[in-house]
Amino acid sequence: MKTKAVNESHANFLAQIKKEKRLMRFWQIMIFILFFALWELAGRLNWIDPLLFSFPSKIWNLMLDKLADGSLLIHVSVTLIETILGFILGTLLGTILATILWWSRLLSKILDPYLVVLNSMPKVALGPIIIVALGPSYGSIIAMGITISVIITTIVVYTAFREVEPNYIKVVKTFGGNKQQTFKEVVLPASFPTIISTLKVNVGLSWVGVIVGEFLVSKQGLGYMIIYGFQVFNFTLVLLSLVIIAVLSAVMYNAVEWLERKLIKH
Amino acid sequence: MAFLEIDQISHDYFTKETATNAIKGVSLNIDEGEFISFLGPSGCGKTTLLSIIAGLLAPTTGKVALKGKKITEPDTQIGYMLQQDYLFPWKTIEENTLLGLRLTKQLNSDNKEYTLALLDQMGLLDVKDSYPSQLSGGMRQRVALVRTLATKPELLLLDEPFSALDYQTKLKLEDLVFETLKNHKKTALLVTHDIGEAIAMSDRIVLFSTRPGKIQRVFDVSESLRSIKPFQARNDSDFSILFQTIWKELNELENKSSQ
Ligand SMILES: Nc1ncnc2c1ncn2[C@@H]1O[C@H](COP(=O)(O)OP(=O)(O)OP(=O)(O)O)[C@@H](O)[C@H]1O
Ligand SMILES: [Mg+2]
Repeated sequence: MKTKAVNESHANFLAQIKKEKRLMRFWQIMIFILFFALWELAGRLNWIDPLLFSFPSKIWNLMLDKLADGSLLIHVSVTLIETILGFILGTLLGTILATILWWSRLLSKILDPYLVVLNSMPKVALGPIIIVALGPSYGSIIAMGITISVIITTIVVYTAFREVEPNYIKVVKTFGGNKQQTFKEVVLPASFPTIISTLKVNVGLSWVGVIVGEFLVSKQGLGYMIIYGFQVFNFTLVLLSLVIIAVLSAVMYNAVEWLERKLIKH
Repeated sequence: MAFLEIDQISHDYFTKETATNAIKGVSLNIDEGEFISFLGPSGCGKTTLLSIIAGLLAPTTGKVALKGKKITEPDTQIGYMLQQDYLFPWKTIEENTLLGLRLTKQLNSDNKEYTLALLDQMGLLDVKDSYPSQLSGGMRQRVALVRTLATKPELLLLDEPFSALDYQTKLKLEDLVFETLKNHKKTALLVTHDIGEAIAMSDRIVLFSTRPGKIQRVFDVSESLRSIKPFQARNDSDFSILFQTIWKELNELENKSSQ
């Protein structure tokens, strides 16, 4: 009798959650449709300047053209690879730097003010130097993606390392564990959630670095498409690039979230 | 030569602003297989002394020797169970209990089997694949105990292992730990605030004074109490007599310090 009642209220509870989720999805899709519909309408009826703001069907047609002549796929894949490498390497390098700082307390104290200054500096301003130093290639664009995320990653991850519950470390010490074991068994796994969340932030940062890098190198990629569109006054091309960037970064963000759910089970 | 020799241990903690004299001139000899309890007011340096014996903390003066060998760093012969369980939330129960074996590079199938057998004895085998957050406080304490026992230490240091538990769980665990340690012939040092627990479980009880901690008095527990399980011991007539004696002594200590 009782279990039946419990089952029923549990079912109600689940139904409630489901209902809420459906409502949420509905409005998310609604906003999406409304936005594009309104944009289309505004462009066609000249409420906004179509030369500047274009409109969805025009962008769509341009996309089909560019897909047909094969150029879009090349630009997209170039940018995508640069961005993915940028944020993965940025996160990795930042974590390695944080590890070195954790290893040497003295070094971290010495470097602290430099990190703070470097972090507040606008890293894209280094773009011209990087490009001249490494040449106008993929390498320097990826380097931009890394540069923009590496310092903040170092700071955030190092802070997480420092804030690990000292008693977990004590447990390792009671078994005679050394520094390397302490790092591997406690410090790194305890900071794992932080590292994953910097990965999420770095997805966004890496896009900025790569797009700016492509502006400067001006050879290939979505950043190049934007700059080119701007120069020939083809704003439909600029907006097409922006829409693609939005879609791709949403996909990447979701991929990282999926990874997070996979890796953090407890 | 005693199994564990604690010789004139003093310890001071230093910070930029303060110097705290935590313990002062503590000497004690403990024989193999003995169960000793440390009783004393909060802050009198019990945890400090345990950390020194475990080799985690170097004493300001004095020395500790296990089987005649001076302790300078953590040793696999010593198992230290901290004041709270501190199980790693990202590891399963089984992985948590195998931690010590992994760290000391002793993880082989025999030792693993031994650990699983311990988990079984503690009634935890069916949760071995769970994560600590899914367990109750009492279960977590038992896991922490298995983690400590898994490396087969000869000396066990237990810092208030039952303090966070409800009374019933605590009584059950006392019996379980008592039996386990007696079966495996371990030497143990238990820190507790519970006079009853100290009497029920130990062979000798060491009472510390307020900070700086010194040994105030050592009580021997009668043979008849020692031979029975903690739960039965609590109902013995000798139990209440000793309880009264220690209670009085502790009260005097606390009155002295509050004056
Ligand atoms: N890391 C530290 N730095 C400075 N002082 C400390 C440190 N650890 C402990 N103390 C001081 O040393 C004294 C003894 O501490 P300890 O933790 O050994 O006491 P305890 O007997 O275990 O107390 P409790 O019964 O409350 O656990 C206390 O006064 C405490 O404030
Ligand atoms: Mg303590």
